Amino acid sequence: MKQFVKIVFAILLVGSVTSCADKNSPNYQYMPNMYEGVGYETYAGVDNGLFPEGTEAMLPPANTISRNWLPFEYDNSPEGKELARAMSSPLDSLNTEENLAKGAELYAVYCAICHGNKGDGQGWLVKQEKILGVPSYDDVARNISVGSTYHTMYYGLNSMGSYAAQLSSEEELWQVAEYVMKLKGDLSK
Amino acid sequence: MKQVLNRIQFSSFFSLSLLLVLQLISFSTYSQEDATTEVAPAEEAADLGGDPVEGKKIFNVNCASCHALDRKMTGPALRNVEARLAEDEGLDKTWLSAWIRNSAGVIASGDAYANKIYNEYNQTAMTAFPTLSDIDIDNILAYTAAPAPAPKTAVVATGNGGGESGNGGVSNEIILGALALVFGLLVIMLFLVNNTLRKIAEANGVQVVKDAAEKRTPIWKAFAQNQFLIFCTVIVFLLGSAYFAYSWMSQIGIDQGYAPVQPIHYSHRIHAGVNKIECQYCHSSARVSKHSGIPALNVCMNCHKSIYEYKGPVDGPSADDLAAGYTNEFYTKEIKKLYKAVGWDEESQQYTGESQPVEWVRIHNLPDFAYFNHSQHVTVGKIECQTCHGPVEEMEVMYQYSPLTMGWCINCHRETEVQVADNAYYEKIHEELSKKYGVEKLTAAQMGGLECGKCHY
Repeated sequence: MKQFVKIVFAILLVGSVTSCADKNSPNYQYMPNMYEGVGYETYAGVDNGLFPEGTEAMLPPANTISRNWLPFEYDNSPEGKELARAMSSPLDSLNTEENLAKGAELYAVYCAICHGNKGDGQGWLVKQEKILGVPSYDDVARNISVGSTYHTMYYGLNSMGSYAAQLSSEEELWQVAEYVMKLKGDLSK
Repeated sequence: MKQVLNRIQFSSFFSLSLLLVLQLISFSTYSQEDATTEVAPAEEAADLGGDPVEGKKIFNVNCASCHALDRKMTGPALRNVEARLAEDEGLDKTWLSAWIRNSAGVIASGDAYANKIYNEYNQTAMTAFPTLSDIDIDNILAYTAAPAPAPKTAVVATGNGGGESGNGGVSNEIILGALALVFGLLVIMLFLVNNTLRKIAEANGVQVVKDAAEKRTPIWKAFAQNQFLIFCTVIVFLLGSAYFAYSWMSQIGIDQGYAPVQPIHYSHRIHAGVNKIECQYCHSSARVSKHSGIPALNVCMNCHKSIYEYKGPVDGPSADDLAAGYTNEFYTKEIKKLYKAVGWDEESQQYTGESQPVEWVRIHNLPDFAYFNHSQHVTVGKIECQTCHGPVEEMEVMYQYSPLTMGWCINCHRETEVQVADNAYYEKIHEELSKKYGVEKLTAAQMGGLECGKCHY
C-alpha cells in the first residue's frame, strides 16, 4: 500500500511539471538576463515613467523628417492634387526598366489586392465584393497622371488610405506611380 | 399470425403518416416559393425607370467607393435618394444628374442644398462622372430605390449553420455514449459469467484453488534478493531518467507552439488565406529593416474603412468555426475593437483623435545575444515567410511554428543554396569560393553563414 501511494505521488509530480507547458504563456528560460536585452526592445511597453505613452514606440518629434523623405510641397486637398497633377517623375529616365520592375514588385504587394494586376479595378477583394467601387486606371473622368497618382498614394483619397508609411522612400512611391501609368497605358490601348 | 398482421398495420400507418408530414413540408416550401415569385414582378413594376441589376453593376464600379445604400461612408447613404430629395428638398432628377456629372459646377453655381451637403461632408469633392448617360443614371437610381433584402438571407444563413453544427456535436456525443455503454455492459457481463462459472464449479464439487500462490516467495522479494538484477535495473532506470531529464531540459527556452491570446482576435487565416493579402502588405518593414514590424493601425484602416462587418463565406461560417465560437458577429465585434483603438467614429466617418495603442503580445522572440535581420532574409535571400513562420495563411490563432534554436538556424544555413543569379554583388566571391570548395552551388554556410560573429556580437 505504501508503495502504491509513492507511485501515485510520483505520477502527480510528473503531471504537475508537464502540465505547466501552457501554450498561452512563454516557456521558462535558463538565464533570463541573457535573453532580455538591457536596451529598450522595439515596441516594448516600459513602465519606468520616462515614456509619455508607457511604450517605447513613440511618434517622431515635431518638425523632423524621416530618412529618404522630404516634405511634400502640395497639401492634402483637391487643390493640392490639381497642382500635383502637373508634376513629373524625378526618377532617372535611363533606368526606366529597373524602376518599372521594382514598381511592379511593389504594386503586386500593396495595390493589386484592390486595383487588380492589370489596374482595371478588379482585384481579389473587389471580386469577393469586400471592397467596392475601385475605379480602373484608364477612367476618363479621373484622368490620372503620374503626379496625381503620387499625391493619392502619399495622402490617400476618400476610402483609400495613405501608403506613404508602407513604402519606405519617396523613390519607391515614384516607382509605383510610374508602373501605374504603364498599366494605364496598357489598359487604354 | 396475429402479431405479424399487427406489425404490417403499424408499418403502413407509420409510412402513411410520414408521407403526410413530407407533403405538409413540401407544401409549405411551395407556398414560400410562390410568395417570393409573386413579390419579384411587383418590384419590377414599381420602378419602370431603370434596370436595378444593371444599376448595381454601375453603382459597384463607380459609386461604392464612397457611397453605401444604408450607411454613411465618405458620402451619404443613397437608399431611395431620388424619392428623398424630391420630398425633402424638392429637387428632381435633373438636379441629381447635374450633381453626378459635375458636382463642383453645381456648388459653384451657388445652389443652396449643394453647398449644404458639400460642407456637411467636410468639403470632400465628389468625383465628376461626365461619362454616365441618362440611362446609366436611371439604372443607378432604380438600384437605390430597390427595397433592402438583407434580413432574409441572414436568417437563412444562420439557420443552416446552426443545424450543421448541432448535428455534428450530437452525432459525436451519441457515438461516445454508445461506446461507453457497450464497455459497461461488457464489464457487467464478465462479472456475471465469472460468478455463474464459480457457482457451477461449486455445485459440481470442484474446489476453486485460491491461496496456492501464497506458498511461493513473492516475486518482489525474489527480485530484492537478486543483487545483479537490482544493479541492472538501477542502471536502466538511471539511463532512462537521464534521457528524459535531458530532453526536458533541452526544451527550456523554446517557445514552439506558443499561441498567446491577443487583445484583438486577428485571424491570419481570413486575411492572408481567404482574402489573399500579401504578408508584406501589413508587415511592410520586413522588406527593408531588421524587424518585420507590427503594422500600425492605419494599415488596418486601409481596408476596414470600407469593411465594417464580417460577412463570412457565402454559405455561412463552417461547422468548425461555429463550434469554436467564430461566428460572423464575433468577427464584427473584433472590427469594432479596432475602431475603438484607432479612434474611428462610424457615425460621422471621421477619426475622433482619441486612440489607444493595442498591446499585442509578441510571439517570436530571439534572445538578446542573437542577431537576426528580416530584410537580409526576405529581400536578399528571397526566403518565403512560410519557411520559418509556417502555414500562417491557415492559422486562425497565430503560433510559433519553428523552434528558433541555433541548431535550427544552422541547419537551414547548411542546406540553403545562395541565390546568386542576377546579383553582380556575389559574382566574384561566388567564383572564388566555389573553386575553393569544389562545388557548383554555394550554401549559406559556405558563404560564411556559420561564423559566430555573423549572429553573435
